[in-house]
Amino acid sequence: MSYDPIDIGIMFAKIALVFFVILTLAAYLVFAERKVLAWIQDRKGPNRVGPFGLLQPLADLIKLLTKEDFRPAGSDKWLFYLAPAMAAIPAIMIFSVIPFGSPVTLFGHQVQLQVADLNVGLLLFMALSAIAVYGVALGGWASNSKYALLGSIRGLAQLISYELSMGLALVPVVMLARSFRLSDIVNAQEGCWFIVYQPVAFVIFLISIAAECKRIPFDLPEAEGELVAGFHTEYSGMRFGLFFVGEYINIIVLGGLAATFFLGGWHGPLLPPVVWFSLKVLAFAFLFIWIRGTLPRLRYDQLMHFCWKVLTPLALINVLVTAWWMVLRG
Amino acid sequence: MKIVSDITAIMTGMWITWKHIFRRPVTIQYPEQKRTPYPRYRARIVLTRDPDGGERCVACQLCSAACPVDCISMQAAEGVGGRRYAEWFRINFSRCIFCGLCAEACPTLAIQMTPDFEICERDIMALVYEKEHLLIDGCGKSSEYNYYRHAGIGVTQPRGTGNEERLPVDVRGLLP
Amino acid sequence: MCEDCCPDMEQTLFYILAAVTVVATVFAISEKHPVHAIVYLVTSFFALAALFYLLAAPLIAMFEVIIYAGAIMVLFMFVIMMLDLGHPENSARPGFWQWLPALLLAGATLVALGILMSNRISIPDKAAVVSIRDVAVMLFQKYGVAIEIISMQLLFAAVGAFYLGRRGKQ
Ligand code: SF4
Ligand code: SF4
Repeated sequence: MSYDPIDIGIMFAKIALVFFVILTLAAYLVFAERKVLAWIQDRKGPNRVGPFGLLQPLADLIKLLTKEDFRPAGSDKWLFYLAPAMAAIPAIMIFSVIPFGSPVTLFGHQVQLQVADLNVGLLLFMALSAIAVYGVALGGWASNSKYALLGSIRGLAQLISYELSMGLALVPVVMLARSFRLSDIVNAQEGCWFIVYQPVAFVIFLISIAAECKRIPFDLPEAEGELVAGFHTEYSGMRFGLFFVGEYINIIVLGGLAATFFLGGWHGPLLPPVVWFSLKVLAFAFLFIWIRGTLPRLRYDQLMHFCWKVLTPLALINVLVTAWWMVLRG
Repeated sequence: MKIVSDITAIMTGMWITWKHIFRRPVTIQYPEQKRTPYPRYRARIVLTRDPDGGERCVACQLCSAACPVDCISMQAAEGVGGRRYAEWFRINFSRCIFCGLCAEACPTLAIQMTPDFEICERDIMALVYEKEHLLIDGCGKSSEYNYYRHAGIGVTQPRGTGNEERLPVDVRGLLP
Repeated sequence: MCEDCCPDMEQTLFYILAAVTVVATVFAISEKHPVHAIVYLVTSFFALAALFYLLAAPLIAMFEVIIYAGAIMVLFMFVIMMLDLGHPENSARPGFWQWLPALLLAGATLVALGILMSNRISIPDKAAVVSIRDVAVMLFQKYGVAIEIISMQLLFAAVGAFYLGRRGKQ
């Protein structure tokens, strides 16, 4: 069986589009974060480069690219060079399974607005988010610096803690949708978003993804106040930029996933599906920025305590209750 | 319930930050929008003159000794009539932390701080100010003060003729 | 999905992935530094997962990554980073006697593989995609009892770990 060249072309176009949109969005999310944080703190934020500071991401990029690419003495050369990519690539790969719009018809072809509609899409997300921590851990370890090492150890411990509650929070979603396929999950929410049935799971998932993308109040691997900059203390130039942008790609991707799992994906009245999806993602991004502007950082043991003793049992109970409810309803 | 109060606390915080998003920023857009500093603002240092136009500084080194970063140096000299002055006087503003201790230490009120803070330079050596850069034609903050009129030294007037000053005691007249 | 692509491409992919798996595993065994060994092992897991996917077992592929690469290896790495290993790259290579068990096991595996290959058990030309539903039905209906026993064992292990890890009387 061979592929239609148009299909392949559309495929590549989709990949290119997703790459372009996500990278641009991530760059502008950095800008948006600085702006919103500034507003929260009664400041103005970046407003010098271009109108309203809109070219600031470009200026940042130039700055990062022209900086010295420094490698500390005694560091592990290959791992040090590889780690930023290992942190950023899984994040962007996760987006391949997220449906960001209803199927459209192009050149007489039915095109799904999703790069790959895997039947194990949800599991792919779990797998890739688990892999993403290697970038953090190896980057910190390879820098041969105590702060970076502490940051990466925290990253590992944090991953082990929240991964479980995140997975358990998604089990009810899978049970309701009866599929691991993300497009099925979205379609199952056509009538009613899952957040209505599963508010607890939604809250657990939200907290877990805040930990996943290492945002305040769970930014322990970075923890500027204690660990200089945590796992990327020794990084400079574009390698640091890759870590940095990876974090914002993560926000976009996880926001998209939260929207897909609980807020009905691209479903919504009046506006076109893609717009709805973008709105939901941006709302999540704003929520994360807002939380960052409000809450202080948790302590390391507090996070572990919270994940293991509160979130995980709560998620388990939620799974049980959902199962009972589904059995009783037949 | 602890959890309820915790959630309320978080929500209160979120509500406060939300309100602040719509506040007017307090930022002053510096190069375009300038604020006049208060008169006692501590910035660029000057050496002032007394009301008669003479240099106030007597090169006593007290400012130099008071300076925590040791950025003042000078060479003392003596002029006609025993009036001391600084042959050269140098402040390295690239080291100065504008703490104002020198101005506090000065017995003659010669060294004073001004509100002019825009003294950045590309070339760091340009921040080393010599006496001709520092000395101004004015009294600075205290327009009346003239050290020599109170000091009891016969430089501006014969000894004992200054205000609040008695004639010097004739030590021989005290002999029994 | 895999059955869509042309068989040539599938085969090429298979051989590439198989080579990556084998080479990475060999490196993982021979590498002196444990962190490097973990990186090689994770690479090998990844290639293995892709192989599983190619063989129409997407669920196993994902579990391979989530459980082995994502959880177990992360735990290993956590422990290794907590320990002060000094300079493992300067340590001596293991001698012949330390290699012996590994060699024996490898030999046994190869022999078993040879017997399997020579018997020519009918290997289906194109494996049917095992859906998640099939796996679930098989696990929880056919092997339900076994699953229960295993989960009981895990529970015991967890209780044991809690017991060992409890705070001393203070
Ligand atoms: S302001 Fe402070 S640092 Fe500057 S010259 Fe005076 S004493 Fe020294
Ligand atoms: S500026 Fe004042 S303290 Fe300094 S040497 Fe002159 S008189 Fe003395």
